[in-house]
Amino acid sequence: MEKDKFTIKDLNLFYGDFQALKKISMHIPEKEITAFIGPSGCGKSTLLKSLNRMNDLVEGCKITGTLLLDGEPINQMKNVNLLRKRVGMVFQKPNPFPMSIYDNVAYGPRTHGIRKKSELDAIVEDSLKKAAIWDETKDRLKKSALGMSGGQQQRLCIARALAVQPEVLLMDEPTSALDPISTTKIEDLALELKNQYTIVMVTHNMQQAARISDKTAFFLLGEMVEMNDTETIFSKPQDKRTDDYITGRFG
Amino acid sequence: MARQAYQEQLLKLNGELIEMGDLCEEAMSLVMKALREKDEEIAVSVHKIEQKIDQKERDIETMCMTLLLRQQPVSGDLRSISSALRMIADMERIGDQTADIADVSRHLTDFQLEVHPKIFHMGKIASKMVNDSVNAFVRKDDKLAAEVIATDDQVDRLFEEIKMELMEEIAKNPNSSGSELDVLMIAKYMERIGDHAVNLGEWVHYYVYGEKVEDKD
Repeated sequence: MEKDKFTIKDLNLFYGDFQALKKISMHIPEKEITAFIGPSGCGKSTLLKSLNRMNDLVEGCKITGTLLLDGEPINQMKNVNLLRKRVGMVFQKPNPFPMSIYDNVAYGPRTHGIRKKSELDAIVEDSLKKAAIWDETKDRLKKSALGMSGGQQQRLCIARALAVQPEVLLMDEPTSALDPISTTKIEDLALELKNQYTIVMVTHNMQQAARISDKTAFFLLGEMVEMNDTETIFSKPQDKRTDDYITGRFG
Repeated sequence: MARQAYQEQLLKLNGELIEMGDLCEEAMSLVMKALREKDEEIAVSVHKIEQKIDQKERDIETMCMTLLLRQQPVSGDLRSISSALRMIADMERIGDQTADIADVSRHLTDFQLEVHPKIFHMGKIASKMVNDSVNAFVRKDDKLAAEVIATDDQVDRLFEEIKMELMEEIAKNPNSSGSELDVLMIAKYMERIGDHAVNLGEWVHYYVYGEKVEDKD
């Protein structure tokens, strides 16, 4: 039976007076890919960021309700860095640090106190391999990451996220800035990684959600309209609003 | 390889089609045995295989729908999946027709009527046509598919011959039990199986070239 990685119940999120998330309740299963879909401003990225408390950085942000990681309340965790080590994130636009490929991947482990070169070498190699970019980088590890293509940079960012041995990868539209071939590589990678990690992905690309996710949740105006197995959402959604959105008849 | 999971699913679809083709062949071989040995038990077991064929059709249909929904196939992949969807409908009909022959064969058991030897010849040819057309699909072999389509003339010719001979027999013995009509029905079902195999071949052609086979009539 599938185990929940995140349990969310009656979650409300406010940016000042504006309520961005309304009474969200859902279960995100472990070692599966869960996709969040919905039009811009529906709250999907806000919810994603709540999963590793990226919203803490937003002034005036207030959260009520229950948000658990492996049964533990996320908003009561004392060590946010530890939470973000467990729940890594990859953003829409690849954002490598202006340093070498090696240092990008070693950055996280160094922050967490690993100094020994042999250990760092092993982590860098392992992470780049897991992110399916080792063959393209092994001979240029000391070169700047900024010289890589967009697709390579995004896989490097995934390698960087993997280097601190997370349990969850949050992906916020990870392929929207990439060409179709790079997109395919990231999708293949996500399918490979779900054997070891829980993946939660925000995507504007519904076909992408259909291709790779196990579960899909549809959001609209801060509400979660419907969540189900991806095949069910795309073949017989329960709510007319979901149907209208996925068939392009929305609005 | 890019989109490996998708490629694996397409290969699995081929495997399932081969299994469905094998079931059709098994049903045909069994129904021939039932006719040859006039064994009602065997005729009953044809129905069990026919049920397996129906189940296989549902499984493959679900697989194709999932592929269409999740992978949004285009080009040859789209043709392959849409051809597979049509082919399983033809194979399902082949299953039905073998079951129909099995039902008719039970009357023959009652009457102990000799089955026309040409029917076995028809069955052998039609069975090979089904097997070849599925292989042609899996190998994208349009030449083999064209051979299947051409072979149907032999089946049609045998049907006409059987029909004429049975008509002569009825004319000679107007008071016969009417079992000649049962034999004619069997021949007709065989002829229809040949037609379904032709359809299979035509779907292979569509898969390979993206166009339908032009009607020879």
